[in-house]
Amino acid sequence: MRNPNEIVAEALTAIRGCQDMPGLEQVKARFMGKQGALTELLKSLGTMSPEERKNAGARVNEAKQAVEAALKMRRESIQDAELERKLKEETVDVTLPGRGRGHGGLHPVSLTLDRIQALFRSMGFEVADGPEIETDFYNFTALNIPEDHPARAMHDTFYLESGDVLRTHTSPVQVHYMQSHQPPFRIIAPGRVYRCDSDVTHTPMFHQVEGLWVDESVSFADLKGVLADFMRRFFEVDDLAVRFRPSFFPFTEPSAEMDIGCVICGGRGCRVCSHTGWLEVLGCGMVHPNVFRHVNIDPEKYLGFAFGLGVERLAMLRYGVDDLRLFFENDLRFLAQFK
Amino acid sequence: MQFPESWLRTLVNPQLSTAELAHRLTMAGLEVEAIQPAAPPFSGVIVGEVLSVESHPDADRLRVCKVNVGESSPLQIVCGASNVAAGQKVPCARAGARLPAMEIGEAKVRGIESFGMLCGASEIGLEDKVDGLLVLPPDATVGTDIRTYLALDDSIITLKLTPNRADCLSLIGLAREVSAVTGTRAYLPSQPPVMKEIYDTFKVEVHASEACPRYVGRVIKGINPDAPTPDWMVMRLERSGIRSISAPVDITNYVLLELGQPMHAFDLDKLAGGIQIRWASSGEKIALLNEQSAELSSDMLVIADSSGPIALAGIMGGAATAVGLETRNVFLEAAFFSPEAITGRARRLGLATDSSHRFERGVDYSNTNMAMERATKLMLEICGGQPGPVVEETGKLPRREPIKLRPKRVTKVLGIELTHEVMRGYLQRLGLTVRDDGETWHVTPPGYRFDLEIEEDLIEELARLHGYDQIEARAPHAGTIMLPVEETVHAVSLLRNFLAGRDYQEVITYSFVDPAWEEALSASDTRIALKNPIASQLSVMRSTLWGGLINALANNLNRQQSRVRLFEAGRVYLQEADRLRQPHHLAGLCYGPAFAEQWGVAERVVDFFDVKGDLENLPGIALEYRPENHPALHPGQCARLYINGNPMGWLGTLHHKLVQHFDLQAAPVLFEIELDVLGNRVLPRHQGLSRFPSVRRDLAFLVDQGVTVEAILKTMSEAKESFVRELALFDLYQGQGVPAGQKSLAFRVVMQDTERTLTEPEVETAVTQIAESVINRHGAKLRS
Repeated sequence: MRNPNEIVAEALTAIRGCQDMPGLEQVKARFMGKQGALTELLKSLGTMSPEERKNAGARVNEAKQAVEAALKMRRESIQDAELERKLKEETVDVTLPGRGRGHGGLHPVSLTLDRIQALFRSMGFEVADGPEIETDFYNFTALNIPEDHPARAMHDTFYLESGDVLRTHTSPVQVHYMQSHQPPFRIIAPGRVYRCDSDVTHTPMFHQVEGLWVDESVSFADLKGVLADFMRRFFEVDDLAVRFRPSFFPFTEPSAEMDIGCVICGGRGCRVCSHTGWLEVLGCGMVHPNVFRHVNIDPEKYLGFAFGLGVERLAMLRYGVDDLRLFFENDLRFLAQFK
Repeated sequence: MQFPESWLRTLVNPQLSTAELAHRLTMAGLEVEAIQPAAPPFSGVIVGEVLSVESHPDADRLRVCKVNVGESSPLQIVCGASNVAAGQKVPCARAGARLPAMEIGEAKVRGIESFGMLCGASEIGLEDKVDGLLVLPPDATVGTDIRTYLALDDSIITLKLTPNRADCLSLIGLAREVSAVTGTRAYLPSQPPVMKEIYDTFKVEVHASEACPRYVGRVIKGINPDAPTPDWMVMRLERSGIRSISAPVDITNYVLLELGQPMHAFDLDKLAGGIQIRWASSGEKIALLNEQSAELSSDMLVIADSSGPIALAGIMGGAATAVGLETRNVFLEAAFFSPEAITGRARRLGLATDSSHRFERGVDYSNTNMAMERATKLMLEICGGQPGPVVEETGKLPRREPIKLRPKRVTKVLGIELTHEVMRGYLQRLGLTVRDDGETWHVTPPGYRFDLEIEEDLIEELARLHGYDQIEARAPHAGTIMLPVEETVHAVSLLRNFLAGRDYQEVITYSFVDPAWEEALSASDTRIALKNPIASQLSVMRSTLWGGLINALANNLNRQQSRVRLFEAGRVYLQEADRLRQPHHLAGLCYGPAFAEQWGVAERVVDFFDVKGDLENLPGIALEYRPENHPALHPGQCARLYINGNPMGWLGTLHHKLVQHFDLQAAPVLFEIELDVLGNRVLPRHQGLSRFPSVRRDLAFLVDQGVTVEAILKTMSEAKESFVRELALFDLYQGQGVPAGQKSLAFRVVMQDTERTLTEPEVETAVTQIAESVINRHGAKLRS
């Protein structure tokens, strides 16, 4: 009988020399296969006397275990190496750009409108809508602006052949809404408005958001509170300075213009605020009793406040846009900045 | 309204700086738009007297002057002005003076010493009216600082007045307001009646007494037509933005500014017969002062004599009877025309005058006579002449009725408590008469406050005088309400965000477009045109959003963009028979490569099916696509979109002829849907999941080119067993192996029962059934 230790030594050397699984399988067959060295040794045990067989059997078994353990270890290490190699092969440059469809974006005026709506909705204002081609009645008369009133000259109105107008403000939505709803209510009405005016600081179309709160006790102090709060939230400046100045709108009385401290220069004075430190941002006031009467709401029972703010103005201030006309040129280089 | 601060301060002089005064006006609702200094800063210029003028020995155009500046010895000054002459008083900048544009030092001018400079108007920051030196009146005191002499330390204040505050379109109105706001006493001018010196009158007949409840006139004879307007008046007029014309005209303008009463002076000798105030006859004509001619309509009020209209009442005088250089006898007019009789007419005639501006808004009817006296007095002082008696026609003047004011209502509207004493004080400061009747007061405004009519007007006055800033901003107390959030309503914001996520950029384009775009792109024939468009290419209301999108595409291509994907959400305007509809639309445009250029993705041009894929994924919207034709779209790549059987939009490739028309390199794919007909989306409803295995079989057919996939799917669907869960196309093949004019379509059939495992024979029968229906109905061949 060959010395099992020799065979083991021979096997271990062969195993060590294996670099891959097929090689290892060959080595296994060479020693453990049907004609393998160790198998032959086992077979030879049958020819031995029981005394010899006991002793030799134990040695052959030991040898077999030693080779099997070595094979197992080598198998694992080859598998590890192969996995390692595979991972290495599959490595990519993770800094390569991702593939597929890109992402478009919303117009900055839309972003601003969404923001305004979200803030007012959080305060219980519902969103209302109304037509853009309006009758003279809704755009003017119902808002206490009779024909030939000098206030009409403040609105550079677009007229249609039919005699209808392009609404000059979102205020007509107030009238539509009040005709079909009973107070109390709070609404905002965002949308396009039109004025026959076009220069560096005017476009013939722009956006407004109208607001209206009608209830049995709504006061000028409430109006100030809501609008001051809105501006501070909109610009995310908690100590934003605000002021209200008397003004005139035929559909509100008392009426006011609201100014905010210039958000560009912090009130120190700059080109945007014409060096006054203040920016005019909206007009507002308590709903005029005549407006209530036009829609059959009792002005003795109900009070209300209304406001109208210019969306482009807020968008310009919020995003630092210095030219109104950019909003309607739709240059992708401009629009892509708001993704 | 523009005026010099110095004028206002002669009437009311609060202890406030110019800036403080401006702030108080702004916060009282009289917004100060601008404050301009009357002259830029400069120093060292005094009134000098030219004693002698001699020629410069070495320069033809220069003179050597001796100038008395009020000191013991005169200064020698070399001067280049052509109008310099001995005996003149002129502004003299001494050595050391700082002028707006330069500093003056001692100098040698062509060898002659010069100790200063004689100044023209522009050199001290004023407007040049003559070439050369600014020659001062002979009575100017030598040595006086020119800033003092010309009152240059003055500010010109411009107010942006709201249309309700016509009472502040005069210096006395502003003085009253400043007095009320600051609590400073105002000293308003008053003018006792001027005694008549002659008995001449002129006949006045008012035939429209509602429109002209008061007409006051006066003859003044023998004025000096050459009398100059005094400098102080010229200065006040000019600083108020009115040019000096002639003394009689300047006087009427001055009274307009000072008292707010528009006046007119007629040349008495050019008037024929008496004056009538009447409505114009339609078609009557008048030549106006501004050399314009106006054709009148019957709602326009005129002043007429026997020759016809001689003035547009309250708007502008006529040329024929205007005061001219030879006028010696005048007829002065001061009237009250009611706002209703004036408003709108001036605008209709394309005129806007200081007079119409005031009459439209309301002129103080109780001040007409005072204005006449004031103008007469000034005329006599400046032009001489002899006044006749006042001719007055007064009808039914407006009356200021007491307005009810309830202190409790004040608190309710403003949200603050004001004591009765404070309220009464504010009202009285404004010149309102207050009768305190306990719960309800009766407050009567003065004649000049046309804007105070109802309780709310008084409440605004109280808030104004109290200060809007003194009203505390309050967080409103209201019942908290949870707003409805309607899950089955299609929210436009959701669709907008979806498209942005699918690589579309939102744009906002004008609602009025080029008529040519509508012609090319609109499916409808009627146009809604603007009467007064801002430009011809913005003159019709859009009936489709495509025009704006294609325009935005073209503009971006011009800016070197090659891949453009846009969408817009907005209204379109449709005239449908007698009905005007303004539905909300959503439209998109894709042009250029389907994907932005990138590694590992082959470049290909976006096509119909890329965009269709976007539409098919619109959240909660299942559209039907039917091959129909749209005039703007490629007839072979155009689908009309339906929802619940109703047409609601289009998808397609732009027609080749329009690709050329819009000068594009390739055809964009366009879609447009009407949002208002979408209806509600269906709330998802959970279906039980099957625990049994599903079976898939594929069916491939050869069919004629013209057979639509939709038609086949419909046939399949009709023939399917209830356990067929899905029928879908997964491959389209044309080319080798497929006969010309045919196409190979491969469909997936997925079957699954919720109750049991399907048996093989059941599956086979179901698939055969589907296959045969397609073969029979569409002449298809089954491919193996």
